[in-house]
Amino acid sequence: MAINFKDAVGLHADALQLRAQRTRVLASNIANENTPGYSAQDIDFKESLARVEAELSGEPILEGDGETKFRVPYHPSGDGNTVEIGVEQAAFSQNATDFATSLTFINMKLRGIAKAINGQ
Amino acid sequence: MSFKDIAQIAGSAMAAQTVRLNTVASNLANADSVAGSEAETYRARKPVFATVMDDNLDAAAGGRVQVLDVVESAEPLRKVYEPGNPLANADGMVFYPNVNQVAEMTDMMSASRAFETNVEVLGRIRGMQASLLKLGES
Repeated sequence: MAINFKDAVGLHADALQLRAQRTRVLASNIANENTPGYSAQDIDFKESLARVEAELSGEPILEGDGETKFRVPYHPSGDGNTVEIGVEQAAFSQNATDFATSLTFINMKLRGIAKAINGQ
Repeated sequence: MSFKDIAQIAGSAMAAQTVRLNTVASNLANADSVAGSEAETYRARKPVFATVMDDNLDAAAGGRVQVLDVVESAEPLRKVYEPGNPLANADGMVFYPNVNQVAEMTDMMSASRAFETNVEVLGRIRGMQASLLKLGES
């Protein structure tokens, strides 16, 4: 029986990829903080991961279109910009931590595989 | 999709905020630059930001910032009677720029905060990339 690394690492590799994608979306929101008419966006992590899972297992994709979604601002602003910097900073920070978490999980999985290979 | 895109996005924002800080500096520096006619008087400058949607990338994933233009403020100039001023016109009037110093100061704070936020984003990206490089080491 061969070791399939993709199976061994499991969902965490896809989660990591999604986290990186979300970082880009959030970085773009922060960058466009002062751009008139810019609409803040975000990735629906749960839905996107469900999509990836469905694609991997060959099941039909049930929900969502896999697109980023627009954020609903707490306070609308006069120039049509919906970026609320505090919200974006919080989301960015949370996302960076989640990225580190996914990375840690992958590292743990890899250590497990290494242990299995060495037989100790 | 890569970390390079994110670095470019944060970099574009830093460049745009630098332009904004430049206009603020110019406005504040010229707040008292009087002139003898309305046409010659300095007018407050403001940059106009716009989002660049990259064609090669998923447009929904956001984009960089660009400075579309730097426009001059349409606020009325301040007309002051200063007959002793060598720049005064025949009626003894001089024109002061339409720079609102309080607004410029708040704009400056906003711009520098936005700049710092993007520097922070770059720092976090670097940390994420560094930890990704160490994948499987420990």
